[in-house]
Amino acid sequence: MKIIRVLSTLDRRIIFLLVGLGILIPLLKPLGIPENITPPVRDVYQFIDTLPPGSAILMSVDYDASVLPEVHPMFLSILRHAMLRNVKVIGIALNPAGVGLGVQAFDRISKEFGKKYGEDYVYLGFKPNFVATMLGLGEEIRKVFPTDYYGTPLDSLPMMKEIHSYRDIALVISFSGAGYPGSWVAYAYSRYGQKVAAGVTAVMAADYYPFLQTGQFIGMLGGMKGAAEYEDLVNKLLQEKGYKKPMPFAIKGMDSITVVHLLIIIFIILGNLGYFLQKKEVK
Amino acid sequence: MHLATDPWVWVAAILTLFIFTFLYKDNPLYKFAEHLLVGVSAGYYLAIYWHNGVKPNIIDHITQGQLIYLIPLILGLMYFTIFIPKTSYMIRWPIAFLLGAGSGLSIPATFQANIAEQIKGTMLQPLSFYYSNAALINAIVLFIGVLTVLTYFFFSKEHKGALYTTARIGIIFLMIGFGASFGYTVMARVSLLIGRLQFLLGNWLGIIPSW
Repeated sequence: MKIIRVLSTLDRRIIFLLVGLGILIPLLKPLGIPENITPPVRDVYQFIDTLPPGSAILMSVDYDASVLPEVHPMFLSILRHAMLRNVKVIGIALNPAGVGLGVQAFDRISKEFGKKYGEDYVYLGFKPNFVATMLGLGEEIRKVFPTDYYGTPLDSLPMMKEIHSYRDIALVISFSGAGYPGSWVAYAYSRYGQKVAAGVTAVMAADYYPFLQTGQFIGMLGGMKGAAEYEDLVNKLLQEKGYKKPMPFAIKGMDSITVVHLLIIIFIILGNLGYFLQKKEVK
Repeated sequence: MHLATDPWVWVAAILTLFIFTFLYKDNPLYKFAEHLLVGVSAGYYLAIYWHNGVKPNIIDHITQGQLIYLIPLILGLMYFTIFIPKTSYMIRWPIAFLLGAGSGLSIPATFQANIAEQIKGTMLQPLSFYYSNAALINAIVLFIGVLTVLTYFFFSKEHKGALYTTARIGIIFLMIGFGASFGYTVMARVSLLIGRLQFLLGNWLGIIPSW
């Protein structure tokens, strides 16, 4: 019992070290734990997969570098999926610190599939006041974004000729580590009936499950787990179509998460055992 | 092992290590990296809001002769009256405008999205069992969960008898909710560390594939 008492009063720095090793080792020697696809992720995948070629979706970069490991793999995977299915993509950023991440993602994925700017995808960049932006997109995109991120008027971009508002957009996906997806529901779904999906950090996922249950989101990717599931689905599709599989960062990260979760469960059990033993001794 | 040649990758890697030193204890390296982040962020946000907000939405219009845009400019400048005691009362006007417009926009939308739709989703759907047994069980658990948690927050009557039992069940639902949130939070924090280690081992040291 002495050992349990010692473990329950362990220096926090030893716990940090063990957690660090729990992450590091699986990154160097991947365990290859298979992904179990959950319904909210499959719903987003199937929605995009069954869109007719030429449909448009709007991907909103509502995140910044502080949540990059969780949300960026989701953004890349969904962008790959859309481009592979010849779905047109409009990119915007509601988080000012996310503008560059959007540019980087579109540049990278469009090259993988040989997609042309202005014909297959556009990037409109950032607009302050996200509520006004969400409402404005329901009336006329040009009023909110007269030009794209690079200063080109929207009417001179071939892809945008037929796209004016939510009526011409099949799905809005908000990628975020904050409250933006809830605002998309309030202003785009409730007011204009726009279909909305979300790719959110694990911290936010628990808050957004009620929106799934009511059908206000058509699907959701939650945290690195959601990103890994989507990566897995898209990688299988890429393999099927003869494309080179990209590096699955979220899938690899899930190995480390599994090890660390087991470690934390052990720490919690030991901590509680120590607490109850001490309580018993005092009695 | 293939060390990065891009100097910016080195800067990012060293600053990451500076931040990690806080795990041992607070120190000047950590403070330097933290203050640098705050300074760079302030500069970045100022520039991006100027180029994407103030300039295209106000300045460009005024320079083109659309003088109606002077009204929002003056209203915005009133925020700075707080620094002059004699005129500081003027700050109430832009705040009142923002509060009025903001409330008008957000109250109906938030009520619809977060209250009306959620109440609709919580009600036991008589047809749930048509979909599957699991759907019916989910609907019942949700219904009981919402009612018992609401009872827990009902403070107008002392929690005794049936009300006590219902409130106790509500606490169990709350604890399960907090547990799920905690589990997700652990996953989120660990994911951030994974991202940094993937960067250090991949982009910087070249031991594993880089982002």
